[in-house]
Amino acid sequence: MIKSPVCERLGIKYPIFQGGMAWVSDGKLAAAVSNAGGLGIISAMNANAEYLRGQIETAKSLTEKPFGVNIMLMSPFAAECAKVCAEMKVKVVTTGAGNSAQYMQEWLDAGITVIPVVASAAMAKSAERSGAYAVIAEGQESGGHIGELTTMALVPQVCDAVSIPVIAAGGIGDGRGMAASLMLGACGVQMGTRFLVAKECGIHQNYKDMVLKASDISTVTTGRRFGGNTCRCIKNPFSRSFNSYEYSLEATPEGVADLGAGALRKAAVDGDKTDGCFLAGQISGLVKSEQTAEEIILDVMRGCEELLGGASKWVE
Amino acid sequence: MDIKTQVIEAVAELVNKDVSEINEDTRFADLGIDSLDITELAMNLEEAFDIELSVDASIATIGDLVEKITEAKK
Repeated sequence: MIKSPVCERLGIKYPIFQGGMAWVSDGKLAAAVSNAGGLGIISAMNANAEYLRGQIETAKSLTEKPFGVNIMLMSPFAAECAKVCAEMKVKVVTTGAGNSAQYMQEWLDAGITVIPVVASAAMAKSAERSGAYAVIAEGQESGGHIGELTTMALVPQVCDAVSIPVIAAGGIGDGRGMAASLMLGACGVQMGTRFLVAKECGIHQNYKDMVLKASDISTVTTGRRFGGNTCRCIKNPFSRSFNSYEYSLEATPEGVADLGAGALRKAAVDGDKTDGCFLAGQISGLVKSEQTAEEIILDVMRGCEELLGGASKWVE
Repeated sequence: MDIKTQVIEAVAELVNKDVSEINEDTRFADLGIDSLDITELAMNLEEAFDIELSVDASIATIGDLVEKITEAKK
């Protein structure tokens, strides 16, 4: 049995978060993860308040357990979605792609626990100072928007930089990744890729099949050249033509930003293997079967406990 | 030392350039400085000026940062 301070604070059984993923983590998936004892998280992505309200209501109809919402701070609807979280008294808000300070007071006043995703020690310090309860230190092994550092390098440095709890993310797919994260100083983990193939995850079967067939070297990053919007996805014609344009002589930051428009939806909803962008992490190669959210969580917890229980074998 | 000079010196050190190559209109992006670097830079300048800074995407040039610091010091 793993004991973690985040479990008590958030009212969850296992210190496992399911990452907010655009076009993937809706109210149904979040509820399934929360019912299984983890923290399910709805992605507000680039959608408006009405969409988010609907997903929160769906989650509330399917679970009484706590769940969270991930606010993409660069979304044009970030402000109205932030308000929805406060009004509907969502238990936890995680944030990505920006500085959460602008909505922090509004959320704290509504009794929400705020946990920003960070990609550097300075970002973590800034989050702590503005009132975050914890941070999610996400390494570049992760799928979706990523920073520069790997989880291995980032997590201990973030743990050294702040006194608040640190959740590790990026490249974690089983009990080994969780045990390693705890050794690096984290007190919980967030997973994204592993939950893509959850039975309760409503993405197109083609997307799930891409993840199941992936090997360790199947992902690639796009957007590295001009920075600011680097993403990790499974290699496919879309990623190849993206990289090809990105590194061409005529490429511009604006041109690159335009390339990705609509591609996530094509992957998650249409299963378009040519023009879709299949965001996934480097741990995809480890993900080999579709399981329920509960099976996933129990598998990770059991694996972690077994390892930690036997860890003393390394010490004379 | 005035705010602008201190900021320019801090940025010059960060990117290993001479202060003469940087002025108020210089864009962070043109120096290869991304949002993570700006967060780090802001933390260091906060200590130097004994202020609190809120960093967001609106800080695009050296001048923008100088303005934010000047506001915070009032």
